[in-house]
Amino acid sequence: MAEVEYSWPEQADTQLIGKRVSRLDGMEKSSGTAKYTYDINLPKQLIVRALGCPHAHCRVTAVDTSAAEKVPGVVLVHHLKAPQPGDEPVEIRADGTLLVAVAAESEAAAAEGVSKLKVTYEMLPSFVADHDLEAAERADRTKRAGGGIELDEALGEPGDDDDEEEWEEEKIQELFEGSEFVVEGEYGIDAITHCCLEPHGSTVHWEGNKLKVNLSTQNVSRTDDGFADALQITADEVDVHCEYIGGGFGSKFKPDYWGIAAAEMSKKTGRPIKFLLTRDQELKIAGNRPSGFINVKLGADKDGVVQVWDSHHWGTSGFNGSTVSVGNFPYVYRPKNWRRRATGIITDNEPSVAWRAPNHPQACALTQTAYDDLAAKMGVSSLDIFLRNLAHIDSPEKAPIYAEQLKIGADLINWQDHWHAHGKGAAKGSVVHGLGIGIHKWGGTANSSNCLLKIHPDGGVESYCGTQDLGTGTRTVCAMVLAETLGVPLEAVQVHIGSSTYPFSGASGGSTTVGAVSESHRRAGQQAIAQIFGLVAAKLNVPADSLTAAGGKISVDGNSDKSMSWKQACSLIGIQPLEVTSTYKRGSDSPLSSSNVGGCQMAHVAVDTDTGQVRIQKMVAVQEMGLIINRKTAESQVYGAMIMSIAAALFEQRINDPQSGLFMNNELDSYRLPRLGDIGELVVHLHEPESERARGVIGLGEPPAISGAAAISNAVCNALGVRVPTLPLTPKRVLDAIRSAKG
Amino acid sequence: MKNFEYAQPTTEREAVTLLGDTTKQTAILAGGTDLVGLMKRMVVTPERVVNIREIDSLRGIERDDEGRVRIGAAVGLDDILSDRTTDEYPSVKQVIQGISSIQLQSQGTLVGEIMRRPVCWYFREGHGLLADKGRMVVTGDNRYHAILGNRGPAKFVNASRLAPALMTLGAQVRIVGPEEDSEQIVDVHQLYRTPAADDESEHTLQPGQLITHVILPPPGNNLSAAYEVRHGEGPDQPLAAAAVSMQVSAGRVQDARIILGQVAPVPWVAEKAANALLGQPLTETSAEVAGLQASAGAMPLSQNEYKIQLAQVAVRRAILKAAGLDTGGMDGPMLLEPTAGEVRLV
Repeated sequence: MAEVEYSWPEQADTQLIGKRVSRLDGMEKSSGTAKYTYDINLPKQLIVRALGCPHAHCRVTAVDTSAAEKVPGVVLVHHLKAPQPGDEPVEIRADGTLLVAVAAESEAAAAEGVSKLKVTYEMLPSFVADHDLEAAERADRTKRAGGGIELDEALGEPGDDDDEEEWEEEKIQELFEGSEFVVEGEYGIDAITHCCLEPHGSTVHWEGNKLKVNLSTQNVSRTDDGFADALQITADEVDVHCEYIGGGFGSKFKPDYWGIAAAEMSKKTGRPIKFLLTRDQELKIAGNRPSGFINVKLGADKDGVVQVWDSHHWGTSGFNGSTVSVGNFPYVYRPKNWRRRATGIITDNEPSVAWRAPNHPQACALTQTAYDDLAAKMGVSSLDIFLRNLAHIDSPEKAPIYAEQLKIGADLINWQDHWHAHGKGAAKGSVVHGLGIGIHKWGGTANSSNCLLKIHPDGGVESYCGTQDLGTGTRTVCAMVLAETLGVPLEAVQVHIGSSTYPFSGASGGSTTVGAVSESHRRAGQQAIAQIFGLVAAKLNVPADSLTAAGGKISVDGNSDKSMSWKQACSLIGIQPLEVTSTYKRGSDSPLSSSNVGGCQMAHVAVDTDTGQVRIQKMVAVQEMGLIINRKTAESQVYGAMIMSIAAALFEQRINDPQSGLFMNNELDSYRLPRLGDIGELVVHLHEPESERARGVIGLGEPPAISGAAAISNAVCNALGVRVPTLPLTPKRVLDAIRSAKG
Repeated sequence: MKNFEYAQPTTEREAVTLLGDTTKQTAILAGGTDLVGLMKRMVVTPERVVNIREIDSLRGIERDDEGRVRIGAAVGLDDILSDRTTDEYPSVKQVIQGISSIQLQSQGTLVGEIMRRPVCWYFREGHGLLADKGRMVVTGDNRYHAILGNRGPAKFVNASRLAPALMTLGAQVRIVGPEEDSEQIVDVHQLYRTPAADDESEHTLQPGQLITHVILPPPGNNLSAAYEVRHGEGPDQPLAAAAVSMQVSAGRVQDARIILGQVAPVPWVAEKAANALLGQPLTETSAEVAGLQASAGAMPLSQNEYKIQLAQVAVRRAILKAAGLDTGGMDGPMLLEPTAGEVRLV
């Protein structure tokens, strides 16, 4: 049989690909019948509650568990980060770090057991002022976090006798002196948490030596090794299941130490263990995004094209003391001359983990605010500055795409009619309006993915893939790709995902899932249909390449009388199902998927100068993602990402008590998030010119979550004529900025 | 959550008996939107929880012969919204609409709302109402804390969003217990106090007592309104709030009551602001002058000076709103007309 040439159908020929299809599991999810990890309860299970450390920085010297063990219903007390009796004291660096777990017959008994634990702490000084570089230096809480410089070749090289750094400094200063416009600014963005609606955790049990884990995970196929390593078994002895997940955003790749503890506690008690974090624990320890604060100076020519960028930023990723990665500065825009430096601040917080588009939203907000301040300084349209500076971006080949996207976005937000110079718009009462822009980039390479496709002699189609649905609509994507490829109705395909016993598929992280499953399912489908075409061709005595699968039948091109129903065709398979296992390895050349996208977002805001309230009027996202599989879920991805941007721009922040270091807003009634009324009008434009569609599928999860916050900050600045330097733009910060501008 | 005994009385008398048992710490459960969270975090750990929602006499809204409206303690917030009897008290409805959470509106009750425990994060983290005699708040993060009435150790703000409106309307509550036959009617403001010691509550209700009804006097021809400055459009606590009730005759204010919310350990009577209105016509200028008086005596903490301006704006806008004038701010989330066919909310 000839080797299959993988390809996507032309846009005009598709039945499902690129169309708007509702999620196959939408009803289950919205009606509550879908079983999330949190919903799984096993017979005779014990429920675990854990003691979170009540101090941000301390040493745990001793734990007395005797009273907890006596609470009726308590079955097991298990040490997590707390020292075992006789062990050395343990230093704790974050509020909420789990010290001791209590397994009990009921949640109430477990909680009461936790309340009876007696822990001895030795207090240590805490530091959480991640915005305050000088204070961090005084407290010896800083770490170098990288830097670099690139100067235009035309500036020459330092001479043999020159001190290189001094020479570079001289050149940078000369560039500023030669600049028509110089902007100096300070900007910031606070740390936020992942705040997954379904907290991290698992329900586990052992069947003999086999560990069965129901885990809330975005990495179904590859958490087994994490359990295996920790428990000194092999990965084949661990089965991980996750049918549905209530949010991960980059924080649910691993078993986590509480997941390992659940397995250990189950082993010790011989009973299933349910161990999910409480809400405050979820916020405190289960994932956060680093903060960033920056001093920027940029110099531009008379047209507002930036010639030199010089920045130093700092922030925290928790007690490991990093910040937003320095390599992302300046973001998207990359003038010929730049110098950047980063300082990490060691705070007493849990280390950050990947958060949707790691580093990009912060780098975007810390870069493109400065570019917008250039427009403000020049008194010209921000759109012009964003367009003109496409002359110097880090991927020059993307400049025409960005230019087109900015023009589409400007039309959709009615830039022409609503634009005014910064701070020069008309006020109605105390309310002023403004427009702002951000642009972004992302890779989105498809992850590795394998798919087992079974086609039964009676025409039944089912697929197995160890992927997960992080919110991408994975089941629907798999079914659409197979149904399109096999020419059968969507409902005819049974998709099985969410188990590590299925063929391996990569984690959902970095916008890699739709690409991954499209690769594996298209490949499996094309391989299977090639085999079926072979059987049909022989039966009908026509060439296999004259056959087409569509509408539930196999037709012969140019001979409509000769066709065969899907069922008839499948009956040729024989008595065993036709099984195909496809493989796609990340990074291999493929006509089906690609990487590197650009996009832009624009915001129209209203700001009440008396109260500092910011309200989104309208946001526009223009997003490229190669070939679209499901237009509806693709748009949903973008809507969700825009809402997350609004959250980070206006509401979300981790608030640490400055004295104790404790994480204060650790519940959903104090960790502020936008509600429906805060969202305004959202417009999504999926930018799919044929040149981009031809590149195949590119991930969409991260890119639309990047530039919205910059766009909102810029819109607020445009409205007020005053930069509110640090995100989120709370009423207090808006009023403070207005007041300090008035002097 | 700690184990507790659950009681579900069907009469007020039965409830008083259950609550009056001095051998047990008791808590009153109505909607549970506040209590259950506090119990889960073990900030409160009652040994007996008394659910009052099955007591028929607490579930009605009725007007008595003297034109007063009596709202039972177990009446849900959304029942008040949909009830026509309360239309004459617009400030009450405005506040309930502002709570803007279907869950809180449908599950929460009127008396539960006015007895809500402080949202102060030091209290909710288990540091007590006063949080080390106020020191934790003073040196800590106090962006949402009191700017008025905060010279003692109490720095939290009263959590009730309805109390300011009820107080401007002259509302009272009927309290039964602790003895089986005891019954009293007190003004709403008497429910609140500023605790000065760790063993004091922010409420004056005694163990064994139960609020059965809120009683609203006849509205007369007063102009009333409430205005809350909110960070967003959700159910989060407002940053500052004001309610006003004014009697206007011959174009001039004859009587005014102005109460601030979210700025002090108790709903704060802004007497100077009210006095500033007396004899004045209702204009933008008079509203602004009164607003500026609203923060008289304010002592901001390290991070909440902005609340002074917000309190002033809330008063100004509440007055303008009551007078039917444009408040000049953003009263709704959408100011633009949505483009046809492009409104797509997830």
